[in-house]
Amino acid sequence: MSIQVRGLVVRRGRRTVLDGLDLAVGAGVTGLLGPSGCGKSTLLRAIVGVQRTHGGSVTVLGQPAGTRALRDRIGYVTQASSVYDDLTLAENLRFFARILGVDAAEIDRAVASVDLADLRDHVVGRMSGGQRSRASLAVALLGRPDVLVLDEPTVGLDPVLRRDLWDLFHRLADAGATVLVSSHVMDEADRCDHLLLMREGEIIASGTPAAIKADAGAADIESAFLSLVAR
Amino acid sequence: MSPRRTFAVALRVLAQVRRDPRTLVMLVVVPCLLMTLLWWMFRGVAGPSPFDRTGPALLAIFPFVVMFLVTSVTTLRERASGTLERLLAMPLAKLDFLLGYGLAFGVLAAVQSAAAVGVAVGLLGLDVHGSVALLMLVAIADAVLGTALGLFVSAFANTEFQAVQFMPALVVPQILLCGLFVPRAALPGVLHALSDVLPLSYAVDGMSHLTAGSGSGGVGADLLVVVGYAAALLVLGAATLRRRTP
Repeated sequence: MSIQVRGLVVRRGRRTVLDGLDLAVGAGVTGLLGPSGCGKSTLLRAIVGVQRTHGGSVTVLGQPAGTRALRDRIGYVTQASSVYDDLTLAENLRFFARILGVDAAEIDRAVASVDLADLRDHVVGRMSGGQRSRASLAVALLGRPDVLVLDEPTVGLDPVLRRDLWDLFHRLADAGATVLVSSHVMDEADRCDHLLLMREGEIIASGTPAAIKADAGAADIESAFLSLVAR
Repeated sequence: MSPRRTFAVALRVLAQVRRDPRTLVMLVVVPCLLMTLLWWMFRGVAGPSPFDRTGPALLAIFPFVVMFLVTSVTTLRERASGTLERLLAMPLAKLDFLLGYGLAFGVLAAVQSAAAVGVAVGLLGLDVHGSVALLMLVAIADAVLGTALGLFVSAFANTEFQAVQFMPALVVPQILLCGLFVPRAALPGVLHALSDVLPLSYAVDGMSHLTAGSGSGGVGADLLVVVGYAAALLVLGAATLRRRTP
């Protein structure tokens, strides 16, 4: 398993967001689905190693999350666009490539992967929301990380683009990367190899989309979610 | 720490400023205009012009204040946009990040001071007995000091509004006690002691040494204190910048 979470506790202020969470993420594209505010981002931040935790352990590629050796092996897209609005796409990528120490050829590859070659020299702040989130994704792809942690990368995108991005996630997974994608849109469930359904800080189901549906006796993930909550 | 990453941060910050020509122009033009205003204010005053005493202090205050404000706002923007979180998840040492900012704003300060010193000395007749290059060096150290203080303080501010509030809290007292209004030696004991531990006092002293004709001798020590404070604040900034946030 690339990502192993055991008994993870995270408190923010007086609220306990995660209280003894256990989960494992393996190869392929794993979807972390759940409503807004259920703790998805907190969990992803803990996996990347930027969340202060209060108990339990998070292991990524066999090492404790946030370890120095992991920092150039994880590609991370935060919920905010996390690119510099006043720089062009190429300038953004050049900067992050220098930080990661990857060569300039990687920049072209990343731009092509997210299909933004035409907008290379456009200032990111003047791009549409969808283009901006793809720009952010391009940064995460620099240096071909082994693990991709993507916090709602497809929110607000048009259906064609969303399909293209999910195809990209699968290509990356086929090439050997572990891809963990969060979403609050349940109908993205069928695009994932594995699912983690999350609600109020707990994982209420995990498995392939088909297995979760069969287990809940539901036709789609939304109904499965509802019947799991009712149990 | 790696020089490559430090330079990457510095180049990026400079690229961002270049994209914002209005800020760039104001950064250079406003100090020159204010120097001119100061000179003009004292035009009618009889006897030795107070401009020769207050001008150098102002040359020290500009870079400090401007870089403090610019830095705290930029860092907060970096926090809000998620770029800081992404950077801290990458193999970037915290000191690389802070030194990169210090370096970039140091370069901007050099441009700003060159213009302000040029106007003050060349057009307005400010007397400089020491070397003009040393005067610029003090200004740059002073700007890096402002940047370091801004970086440190931004760890304690969650919004731009809060960051701006640190200006009257931490910067204005230094301006009041730096010797601009009352010579430091004439301050009441407690305030004199206080002004002795405030870094801006040393930047102003350094400038005054160079202009008042006491030569370049005392400047070295003043410069050292300013650089020391800047270094200490950068290290403190690295200590308060957290990879893991609540």
